[in-house]
Amino acid sequence: MKPNSFGWYGWAMMGLILMLPASSSGQDSASEAAFSAAVANLKSGSMKERGLAIEQLAGVHNPRAIVILQALLDGRLFKLIADDKLVIGEEVDAGYKLFDAKNAESLGTVDRSATQKIYVTNNLRTSLRKIIGRLELNDNDAGVRLAAVKAMGKAVDDESLMLLQKHLSVEQDKSVQKAIKRILGLEQLNSADKTTRLAAIELLKGQANQNVVNRFNELVDKDAEGHYLEADSDVRNQIKTALVKINTQLQVYAAIETLFFGLSLGAVLVLAAIGLAITFGVMGVINMAHGELMMLGAYTTYVTQQLMPDHLGLSLVVAIPAAFIISALAGIVIERGIIRFLYGRPLETLLATFGVSLFLQQTVRSIFSPLNRSVATPEWMSGSLQINDFLSLTWNRFYILVFCLLVFALLLQILKRTRLGLEVRAVAQNRTMAKAMGIQTARVDALTFGLGSGIAGIAGVALSQITNVGPNLGQAYIVDSFMVVVFGGVGNLWGTLVAGFSLGIANKLLEPYAGAVLAKILVLVFIILFIQKRPRGLFPQRGRAVEG
Amino acid sequence: MSVSALKAGEVDTRHGTILYLEDVSVSFDGFKALNQLSLYIDAGELRCLIGPNGAGKTTLMDVITGKTRPDSGSVFFGQTLDLLQMDEPAIAQAGICRKFQKPSVFETLSVFENLELALAANKGAWATLFARLNGAQQERIEQVMEIIGLTEHRSRLAGILSHGQKQWLEIGMLLMQEPKVMLVDEPVAGMTHQEVERTAQLLLSLQGERSIIVVEHDMEFVRSIAQRVTVLHEGSVLTEGSMAEVQNDPRVIQVYLGD
Amino acid sequence: MVAALFKNDKAMIWVLVILAVISLFVPLCNLIFAPGSPLYFSAYTVSLLGKYMTFALLGMSLDLVWGYCGILALGHGAFFALGGYVMGMYLMRQIGNRGVYGDPLLPDFMVFLDWKELPWYWYGFDQFWFAALMMVLVPGLLAFVFGWLAFRSRVAGVYLSIITQALTYALLLAFFRNEMGFGGNNGLTDFKEILGFNSQSDSVRACLLMASGVTLILAFLVSRWVILSKLGRVVTAIRDQEMRVRFLGYRVEMFKLWIFVFAAILAGIAGALYVPQVGIINPSEFSPLNSLEIVIWVAIGGRGTLYGAIFGAVLVNYAKTLLTGWMPEIWLFFLGAAFILVTVLLPDGLLGFWQRRLQEQKQ
Repeated sequence: MKPNSFGWYGWAMMGLILMLPASSSGQDSASEAAFSAAVANLKSGSMKERGLAIEQLAGVHNPRAIVILQALLDGRLFKLIADDKLVIGEEVDAGYKLFDAKNAESLGTVDRSATQKIYVTNNLRTSLRKIIGRLELNDNDAGVRLAAVKAMGKAVDDESLMLLQKHLSVEQDKSVQKAIKRILGLEQLNSADKTTRLAAIELLKGQANQNVVNRFNELVDKDAEGHYLEADSDVRNQIKTALVKINTQLQVYAAIETLFFGLSLGAVLVLAAIGLAITFGVMGVINMAHGELMMLGAYTTYVTQQLMPDHLGLSLVVAIPAAFIISALAGIVIERGIIRFLYGRPLETLLATFGVSLFLQQTVRSIFSPLNRSVATPEWMSGSLQINDFLSLTWNRFYILVFCLLVFALLLQILKRTRLGLEVRAVAQNRTMAKAMGIQTARVDALTFGLGSGIAGIAGVALSQITNVGPNLGQAYIVDSFMVVVFGGVGNLWGTLVAGFSLGIANKLLEPYAGAVLAKILVLVFIILFIQKRPRGLFPQRGRAVEG
Repeated sequence: MSVSALKAGEVDTRHGTILYLEDVSVSFDGFKALNQLSLYIDAGELRCLIGPNGAGKTTLMDVITGKTRPDSGSVFFGQTLDLLQMDEPAIAQAGICRKFQKPSVFETLSVFENLELALAANKGAWATLFARLNGAQQERIEQVMEIIGLTEHRSRLAGILSHGQKQWLEIGMLLMQEPKVMLVDEPVAGMTHQEVERTAQLLLSLQGERSIIVVEHDMEFVRSIAQRVTVLHEGSVLTEGSMAEVQNDPRVIQVYLGD
Repeated sequence: MVAALFKNDKAMIWVLVILAVISLFVPLCNLIFAPGSPLYFSAYTVSLLGKYMTFALLGMSLDLVWGYCGILALGHGAFFALGGYVMGMYLMRQIGNRGVYGDPLLPDFMVFLDWKELPWYWYGFDQFWFAALMMVLVPGLLAFVFGWLAFRSRVAGVYLSIITQALTYALLLAFFRNEMGFGGNNGLTDFKEILGFNSQSDSVRACLLMASGVTLILAFLVSRWVILSKLGRVVTAIRDQEMRVRFLGYRVEMFKLWIFVFAAILAGIAGALYVPQVGIINPSEFSPLNSLEIVIWVAIGGRGTLYGAIFGAVLVNYAKTLLTGWMPEIWLFFLGAAFILVTVLLPDGLLGFWQRRLQEQKQ
């Protein structure tokens, strides 16, 4: 709640909503006085008077009222013995850190003995809760209102039902309306009156909520003796119609979820393939050790995390450049040490880099043990974004999707705008000509390979967040990433992006019907057939040079 | 594909023309390599194709031999064989053979074996597995080795032949196929003066029985063999005629010398 | 014609002699002499040699495709594994009611999965002639369909290598599934009898070595005959100048297909001989790494010679046996280094290197 950002218009609206007489600024001073009086009364001795003061405070409508009442409920409301001032205290080592109850002004820290707690009885506490709930229902922030409604829904009684019913007519926010309808509807479904039950179904229609779906399913089902829980067939039919509608909705959510999973799988594929697209597309070099360069990136993440165990998030951020550098260096060593002797012999390059991949695997196995290492996920990446009961998107996959797009955009910019990018493109198109123009092709080759390998390292950082880090990490992705590059068309980064996402989505679309393994096989078979039809991929490079 | 009077696969040249290209266009990413090109080759003629780089000479050969599919137009072999319906091996077996710009012989096989592979015979996989040379075929290989002057190199590997010898070997491989049309792409590039002369004699001796289309940049060589010359420019025929006519055509001079 | 097979090639004759000795002498000595005699070869040696013979056949079949036709097939192990599975199915059916569950018809793993009926594709495998036919047909048919699709659309070079790898990877995933009906993860094992004899007995092992050796020699001679035929020259020509061959009027795809299917059949036979000797076939035989190992056998031995592949297969596998027994973790280092060194320093393999040295000495 941010009272300061809320002008008079807002207060006036609130006034209208509460149907209070106060509707102009002229009345403010009067309500201010009432507020002060109510606050003062809270301090009085008897519980009865305190109860009245609470009612009074709830009535005057002042933004501080909820805060004070909540403090009272939590036992954080005190009276300063010295000057009889009402304060809210926060427990600290030395005693209490105090704030003026009326205006939140900080009053420093005092010893416990300087204060006297304002007590409330259990009875008062119950009514306090209700009053707070009611006040929160009138809060400006829809989130606060929603929370209040949900809290009320947990323990429903007649009074709160009445309150909710009343509030529904003035509530503007859709999700709050929905929550209220849900509570009312679920309650009214139990009514003995058929029309009330029918009305309840009307309220619950289209609510994708686990409780609603469960309750509906219960009602149209027979119990052990073969009786319907809902005796009336009209009502049952209505429920069935409502269930059909909800199920359609659930299918939409399922589709969104599949799309999301597909995109996130696609993002992983794109991350894995994009470095390969550079080395293969630009240099015509098949690097079978590409997966192991990803593995190096993942292990780099693991090591940085071991080095700074208290800063999970930071270690992940540090791991990105670290993994880039380590994999890029490894890539440059591979290029200078092996691949440059094999240019123009793609099949031999494939075999030699395969040897490198075995070497790297065994090295990692010897250093880190053959067992999988688990890399912790920082808090902001774990958990999921809960959209409703049936749709939640996990944060780590979401971040990987974003990360993939960032890396892709960055790579495009490097190739488009930097000198290196220009030289890389020149060498890719016509090596001899580029050489004749004075481009040091050897240097460009090494740097291109380093760039592609570095990106593999970055992909490894991302992978470490969704899968275990082990010596076989790279192998699992190598065939897939080649498929993505080949499917998208060699030498075309956009093709790689489109291919990665479409294969990811295709995989996830097939999974529910065929199972994960069969889905993968089907996708592989599809690509094999696709290459027969279009040997140059989705977005082929064209032109005379390629034709020859 | 065949007309009643002809045996299947035979080329109908009763009108005296063996190769018909009409309105052929090919484009690569917007670049028009061939633009509405029409060309007719007579049976038994030796035709030279000239033109600056990028005029479409090699693309034209690609279209005739089935390597490139034109975007539009028609290509007929004789009156009846639609070359656009056939793939490279079918076209080669029908009697159109091609020598590439870069000499492409089988370097790990001997001269004899190179010619043997080119031999006109059943070229199916199973037939090849059980193939044995008969006397006539043996004779023919000897004959061709004589023609291209490589008899004493018969068992040398093609890879260690000189550049000129490779070119002749490739021409010999075309001859082995008993072609009706030979497409010869830059036969004298990189040859010594003597080799150029020998090649000219070789090609002149081969014309008549078959049509020969020669693409060449070496004007002296073209002058020494050509009866008819076709000048290509920007994917179309610029002009056609005897060497003397073509050389004096102001448009040709402009194309070659620039504005 | 037979004489032509042997002309100008002493190395080849030596290879044949050694193979003949191994495949006849060793098993006979194993059976005739008692343990302790200097001429006795242990059952272990016999089955090891038998295994090597099948690997040699597998390596040689890849050499036909890679060494002669220039197609680097990274999924060749798939045909070996398929041949192995066919043999495995025959051996499973021979178990009969001696399985753990004692079902007369269903193999144990099917009973375990609660299957009620034998799947249709398991019919006929109780007959050896049918299984033998399938050992040739199944790998051959897969190679035919795959090759026809790939070669017809002119998929070549690294693209072809990668999709062959994808093929074996897809099969690996498929055979891991229990639903496929080939024993899933565990594959087919616990064999009892082959052709009515106890498949674990010494004499059967000796016979299997003999069979493997004789098959290898026969396959070698047939392959050599193919390579020396005009078809062999066309295939070699395709490796060096594919375009030229096509413009000579040959249907290149048909020749590639022919040699690919032929090699797949040989690989299938090798797999079928391998399985009874090791007593198990499981999906790991489809793993892409296995197929790559075959490539390194051929590369180390020297491609394009047939016997180079045989030599390489035996050499690498002997090294593998030694190293994995001695220091298992060093094996992958060795294999990795072999890939790098051979491709960079020994493009013609050990035999090629050796031959060049001999020639240099002569000059």
